[in-house]
Amino acid sequence: MAASYDYEDAPSRYDEETGPQGYDPNFVPDSVKSFVTHLYRHIREKNVYEIHQMYETSFQTLSDHLFKDTPWPSVDAVANYVDNDHVFCLLYREMWFRHLYARLSPTLKQRIDSWDNYCSLFQVVLHGVVNMQLPNQWLWDMVDEFVYQFQSFCQYRAKMKNKTEQEIALLRQFDQAWNVYGVLNFLQALVEKSSIIQILEQEKEGIEQFTATDGYDYSGGSNVLKVLGYFSMVGLLRVHCLLGDYHTGLKCLLPIDISQQGVYTSVIGSHIATIYHYGFANLMLRRYVDAIREFNKILLYIYKTKQYHQKSPQYEQILKKNEQMYALLAICLSLCPQVKLVDETVNAQLREKYGEKMARMQRYDDEAFSLYDELFSYACPKFITPSAPSFEEPLVNYNQDAYRLQLKLFLYEVKQQQLLSGVRTFLKVYSTISLGKLANYMEVDEPTLRTILMTYKHKTHAVDSEGKIISNADVDFYIDEDMIHVVDTKPVKRYGDYFLRQIVKFEGVINDMDRIKLE
Amino acid sequence: MGREREVPNKSEKEAISYTVEQLVAVNPYNPDILPDLENYVNEQVSSQTYSLDANLCLLRLYQFEPERMSTQIVARILVKALMAMPAPDFSLCLFLIPERVQMEEQFKTLIVLSHYLETGRFRQFWDEAAKSRHIVEAVPGFEQAIQAYTIHLLSLTYQKVPRSVLAEAINIEGLSLDKFLEQQVANCGWILEKSHGRGQLIVLPSNEFNHPELKKNTADSIPLEHVARIFPILG
Repeated sequence: MAASYDYEDAPSRYDEETGPQGYDPNFVPDSVKSFVTHLYRHIREKNVYEIHQMYETSFQTLSDHLFKDTPWPSVDAVANYVDNDHVFCLLYREMWFRHLYARLSPTLKQRIDSWDNYCSLFQVVLHGVVNMQLPNQWLWDMVDEFVYQFQSFCQYRAKMKNKTEQEIALLRQFDQAWNVYGVLNFLQALVEKSSIIQILEQEKEGIEQFTATDGYDYSGGSNVLKVLGYFSMVGLLRVHCLLGDYHTGLKCLLPIDISQQGVYTSVIGSHIATIYHYGFANLMLRRYVDAIREFNKILLYIYKTKQYHQKSPQYEQILKKNEQMYALLAICLSLCPQVKLVDETVNAQLREKYGEKMARMQRYDDEAFSLYDELFSYACPKFITPSAPSFEEPLVNYNQDAYRLQLKLFLYEVKQQQLLSGVRTFLKVYSTISLGKLANYMEVDEPTLRTILMTYKHKTHAVDSEGKIISNADVDFYIDEDMIHVVDTKPVKRYGDYFLRQIVKFEGVINDMDRIKLE
Repeated sequence: MGREREVPNKSEKEAISYTVEQLVAVNPYNPDILPDLENYVNEQVSSQTYSLDANLCLLRLYQFEPERMSTQIVARILVKALMAMPAPDFSLCLFLIPERVQMEEQFKTLIVLSHYLETGRFRQFWDEAAKSRHIVEAVPGFEQAIQAYTIHLLSLTYQKVPRSVLAEAINIEGLSLDKFLEQQVANCGWILEKSHGRGQLIVLPSNEFNHPELKKNTADSIPLEHVARIFPILG
């Protein structure tokens, strides 16, 4: 196992020692009073722009100044300033817990309370009584945090060794908190109740607008259920990846066309989470080309836009996922060297970060396997065991079980492919070569060579979601009697799509010019 | 606290009229459908049908509640998944089965079988399968499904394949093989050829993988829906 990468969360999140000192949950500083009253007012007035400003900027600034290592004031203490508004209080608590998780270490009681708050919040949304317009960023953060806290709970619960009697009693008592059925059913219910899948279908036929307005509702309605439902599809993809269920995860994402821009690209965190999990799932399904394409696109996008996110609270997270995706891309390209699919900028970055490792990964010796192990362990999702522990003695930690299984199966796949890079090397330099000669070069007998060549064919031809065979091969071949004929596959350039885009763009420019009235 | 009971769940009455496939589609995260899914695995075995989605759904429920897991059912799912090759279903199932369960003898055998299929080692595969009849023969159609996979892989690889290589891949020899070939010639467009003094050669039907020139040039084709985007402009 890769020892160099710690499979734990960043220490800041798990630092059990730093308790809030001198924290009075009932003390509300003036700046907080002003914050909640303004935020409440903007929400009531559906002023999305101001809500967004306060949510993204003011909340962070206040957190940095006043609540660096203590929680925000309790919800009861601020409720007075917001007419005791039920929904606002739920939203406030959601932020309260999110801040706590990010900066301090939640106790078990707090984890359970946060689950309870999500239940209440989602119930309210599902019953359709929320008449608000909230920024996409906030709605995404809700789904993202919900899944994160679930993952964090599973990791926490799986470390049974050091649990106190009191903690175990609480775990038994509140066995429904962060229960995997509950989590999945909430996400699923949000998808269904929002009718988002139908909305996206109808949008294709031009009957409905969703993407065009970034999910916002400009006719007086609320965007909350719809957009939460939309992001819940990404949430489901992520949960299924955490469980190792890649097929189902990708199925949950199907309604979103990731070849196009969409609401999922309107928030950088959502954009990254979508592509990271999509790419990872495809990597595990051996659809390397799909993974490479999407990793390439988003890495290029991050490279170009990184600077605009420097002040964002998500910046560190963006950089971390960026690095992880380079590692995944390095794995994909080592197994399926389709470098032509990768943009020059991305490729240059990749070489800088992993060039040397990738060269060593081609050798398929023990060191190469440990590199695959290292990169996978660094870049994979934090897999979870969803079932509750046995509370019988002796208490054992099982927080690494799920990760170990996925790693083992992945390395098994790599092992099955270990002879392929040798074949590739020879295929690249010949246009035809006899089986006997190649067997000789590879120092194997002919029957073994035939199995290697068939392995090559099998591993480079993936089955897509519709059951069609898709070639991922960079070099391909066929055998006629005893002769291997090599086929150089050229990358397909899609001019058609490019021209179509330009036509639409050009039309837009002409329209804009028509609208300008010259005095 | 105690809101958990409000977690959305479809009413059971509603569910009874659904087929298992629909149950999975409509309500995939419901522990109550576990017995239905188990029965459905047995039904797939006896009726020679297959549903990856339903089986993954069941493995997921086992993952959530390991104490309800039936290893006999898991074994059947895995055999069915082997039969679905070249699709990666076997791995998809393994991803969901805890490692300690995978250590059981019958699963170790299945994993070895999968390994041979994944790496094109058909001789070893058939030898191993013969040793484990009790596992694979419990599922009708196993042999034919694997033969279909090996033929698929041969036709990705070969334009013309020597008879001996084919025989090894599908585990049929002598007169039975003659008969099999006869059928394939009549129904699947196979052609038998004499090779230069070294036994029979079988010409496999052309496809874009063994005849690259058949590969459609996708570069020039644009799906209608993309063209449709510029209809308003053209109009």
